Amino acid sequence: MTAGAIMQLALFTPLAGAVAIAVCGRRPNLRETATLVTAVLLFGLVAALVLREELTREPVVLVETLPGLSLALAAEPLGLLFALVASGLWILTSVYSIGYMRGNNESNQTRFYVCFAVSIAATMGVAFAANMFTLFVFYEALTLATYPLVTHKGNEEARQGGRTYLGLLLSTSIGFLLVALIWTWSAAGTLDFTAGGILRGKIDDSLLPWLLALYFFGIGKAALMPFHRWLPAAMVAPTPVSALLHAVAVVKAGVFTILKVTIYIFGIDLLRETDATSAMMWIAAFSLLAASLIALRKNNLKARLAYSTVSQLAYVTLGATLATAMGVMGGALQIAMHAMGKITLFFCAGAIYVATHKTEINDMDGLGRTMPFTYAAFFIAALSIIGLPPLGGSWSKWYLMLGAADAGQQVMIAVLMVSSLLNIAYLIPIPVRGFFFAGSGEPASPGVREAPLACVVPLCLTAAGSVLLFFYADPIYQLLLPITGQ
Amino acid sequence: MEALGHFNYWMVVLLMMIGLYVVIASGNLIKKIVGLNLFQTSVFILYISMGKRAGGTAPILVEGVVNYSNPLPHVLILTAIVVGVATTAVGLALAVRIYSAYGSIEEADIAEQDQSNSD
Amino acid sequence: MISEHLPVLQVVVPLLAGPVCLLLRRPSANWALAASVSWITLAIAVALLVEVRRAGPIIYQLGGWAAPWGIEYRIDHVNAFVLLIVSGVSAVVLLFARASVQREINNRRINIFYTGWLLCLTGLLGMTATGDAFNVFVFLEISSLATYLLISLHPDRRALSAAFHYLVLGTIGATFILIGIALLYMMTGTLNIVDLAAHLPPVAQTRTVAVAFSFLVIGIGIKAAAFPLHMWLPNAYAYAPSAVTALLAGTATKVAVYLLLRFLFSLFGPGLSFEQYLLDKILLPLAAVGIISMSVAAIYQTTAKKLLAYSSVAQIGYMLLGISLASVTGLTATVLHLFNHALIKSALFMAMGCVVYRIGTTQLASMAGLARCMPWTMAAFVAGGLSLIGVPLTVGFISKWYLILAALERGWMWLAALVVITSLLAVAYVWRVVEVAYFRHRESCAEVAEAPLSLLVPTWLMIAANYYFGVDASLTTGVAGRAAELLFGAAP
Repeated sequence: MTAGAIMQLALFTPLAGAVAIAVCGRRPNLRETATLVTAVLLFGLVAALVLREELTREPVVLVETLPGLSLALAAEPLGLLFALVASGLWILTSVYSIGYMRGNNESNQTRFYVCFAVSIAATMGVAFAANMFTLFVFYEALTLATYPLVTHKGNEEARQGGRTYLGLLLSTSIGFLLVALIWTWSAAGTLDFTAGGILRGKIDDSLLPWLLALYFFGIGKAALMPFHRWLPAAMVAPTPVSALLHAVAVVKAGVFTILKVTIYIFGIDLLRETDATSAMMWIAAFSLLAASLIALRKNNLKARLAYSTVSQLAYVTLGATLATAMGVMGGALQIAMHAMGKITLFFCAGAIYVATHKTEINDMDGLGRTMPFTYAAFFIAALSIIGLPPLGGSWSKWYLMLGAADAGQQVMIAVLMVSSLLNIAYLIPIPVRGFFFAGSGEPASPGVREAPLACVVPLCLTAAGSVLLFFYADPIYQLLLPITGQ
Repeated sequence: MEALGHFNYWMVVLLMMIGLYVVIASGNLIKKIVGLNLFQTSVFILYISMGKRAGGTAPILVEGVVNYSNPLPHVLILTAIVVGVATTAVGLALAVRIYSAYGSIEEADIAEQDQSNSD
Repeated sequence: MISEHLPVLQVVVPLLAGPVCLLLRRPSANWALAASVSWITLAIAVALLVEVRRAGPIIYQLGGWAAPWGIEYRIDHVNAFVLLIVSGVSAVVLLFARASVQREINNRRINIFYTGWLLCLTGLLGMTATGDAFNVFVFLEISSLATYLLISLHPDRRALSAAFHYLVLGTIGATFILIGIALLYMMTGTLNIVDLAAHLPPVAQTRTVAVAFSFLVIGIGIKAAAFPLHMWLPNAYAYAPSAVTALLAGTATKVAVYLLLRFLFSLFGPGLSFEQYLLDKILLPLAAVGIISMSVAAIYQTTAKKLLAYSSVAQIGYMLLGISLASVTGLTATVLHLFNHALIKSALFMAMGCVVYRIGTTQLASMAGLARCMPWTMAAFVAGGLSLIGVPLTVGFISKWYLILAALERGWMWLAALVVITSLLAVAYVWRVVEVAYFRHRESCAEVAEAPLSLLVPTWLMIAANYYFGVDASLTTGVAGRAAELLFGAAP
């Protein structure tokens, strides 16, 4: 089977899965089987694609919308990594969401699984897009497919959150990204992702920072301040949604797009030579620190994790704006490392909610003793996010520091270090309170114990994954090496 | 002197303005139709008078006559008159229907009734 | 044999079928005749477009009299495309009309309704096909009179006053056009558009021609509901029978915009229209203000049909914007949006027709929670709404793409920004309906069922067209691009 065929299958499989899920809506067991089978199949497909020796660079054109502007797929290292992470974590999330949704007796579960599968299909489309237009199409599809998931609960709060979510994401993407797209198209005559970029000599150097700003703010999913509000708003969604979509698929689609734009539309050489990224770099740095500070003040666990995500996403944006090989490498690694860590944290938050229905951090004192696995996983993942060895997160921070050093940005090194300290300050108290503080009021209420197995197993696996990523980072590094142009 | 030479056009403009004024200023639907008719008639005159040549006759081949009126505008305006009559008919029919539905053909009354039992 | 008479058959077939329809007394027979005639005209339009694309413009001399003495029908890329739009929308909406009309209109008047429909179609097609300026006026009045009739057939009495107002404004507009034609004839002695264009340059500097130009632009502007001449449109659309609204939204204003293109470009030529009369300088701010103010007005409507009607005025603003850019790309955007917006709005109004069929109104308050009772109808609305907003893979996106491209070509960043910002306003008003239908609570669905298939199938057919031409736009952009080049190249 050719790489092109596999990519089309990867796009098609979750959609077929969505149909199967809809058909089996009446019979939950069959429906969940369909979800799991699809997830495993998809991961198999993506893994097969990654393991192929040679990558066919030739894009597969699905349909030509306008002359020269087509929906096309192509496999390239960054996309492969993103697809691998998203599809791999989908399996675990599926297991987890079965436990979560059943544990909570949520309504409209069929709609939930269908939208979930469609979102994954859109994510695959983003990952394999061969040009900016295709990426934009699937980017928008992802927004629309996740909207019903965000508003799943259907109450006023969910609707409000959904409005912010949709409003911000659509307005940034139509308001800025589309303009950037058409600008690029009218200047360069193409939107294909090309190694080294397509804009060299096509657009006046003084305009480059503006175009870059249109792109970076237009990619609202990257949650660059001040367009980050949708991310905390989306936390009204059920936890599996927050876990997969708002720690992995949606937000990573955002920063993934930023990296793609930086590498294949502008080209890091062009950006470095023209110094077009400096304004964006400061905004990313500000976003990074400010979000950490806000996270520190949040008492709701999911809200704190949401702002932590905003901050961690800014790492990737920062990596891209450093416009050095190591910076880009660090940003790309951060996609994988942060995904693994943050999904664990969200899984834990969900597990705590399922077991105790608690959402506020200061209510969670002493829970670590009744839920040891959950809290241990939380601790490990928190360390990974902070960037301590021997956990995966340390690699991305390491390369980002190297990138900042290469670019001669000492201030950015300081920003990264301060941010790590802030990470410690807002993440570590949670397991500490869990393990060492006495439970408040009702000591170890008899009902409370570990969440259902379907919830606990995935979060243990992802926590273990964070450890493994430290020791097995090299294959990923090798996979990504081509994107740095070395 | 030159201005007077175009006196037919002055009449057209005068009629047109009267017609338009009636359409806009009158609240009575029938009067609006009358105004519309005046307005249209002014255009008919515009067409008819522009086809006329001083001293010209009907465009029939007659010995010794070289000065003809242009028949085309006259024929065209026949069509426009038919259209005008049709418009008037439809307008009046609508006015009748409106009267039976609202009991009035005053615009203000109708608007008031719509307002009072609307949404 | 027949094939060479296609240009005139396009107009004559519905014209002859009209009176026949009046004689038929059975509603189903009326409908069957109207629908089959409409599909025949669609087939003719397709054949014409294929022929034009193959062999270039078709010139048909009525009765064998050569132009400029005889009337000539002249089909090129531009009007072949518009003919396709008009006959296509009419054909699909007629499928929808059967059940909808039966519900909304007094049974005894159904023959009148379909007669009116056929005459309206005749007028629209005739206006598009003809190459004779006076003929344009005649067909314009045929379609207008039929339209007043169609609107007034709705049993709601507000339809009557809406129709009356439309009649007054429509007649003024048509008479303005008549004056414009008279003045042009006065200066050139011809009525054939191509011939007019040839005779115009020597007298182009006279004040008479300038006055003719103004009368024509304003007259057509009224018919096209160009802001600020749009006053008649919202009520006419809101109170007309559902099927009529879907037809008008897809055809009437589009043909008027086509006429504007024809007169501005083929007759006066871009040089005169833009460089001497500076129309673009006037049109641009008006279009911009129109788009913004009408989009905002749409947000505050309490009836879904009125909301869509205001949105229509805003969307016509996009077409005028394309014209005012005075470039081939801008014109391509206009012609494309002509087609695309016809698909979008007729689909949306058909979805609203389904709603009216079941609950008798499109007031937002009554539509609360409707998505639970009519999932397919509201899904169609969402799908059409996305197209209206201009989400990728819909036709709306293609229009926006070209419009923004044209704005950037001129280096007008602010105009590109305007287009995207107003797209966001579209998000706001579309979402207003969506939120009401999906997230408001509804007591029960006991009395409201999903619309019947005879309504849903045509609606979804139109939605499918929205997505088909959004995914593969090569046909539409090809024709529109060619049409724009033709219009620009036809400068004297």
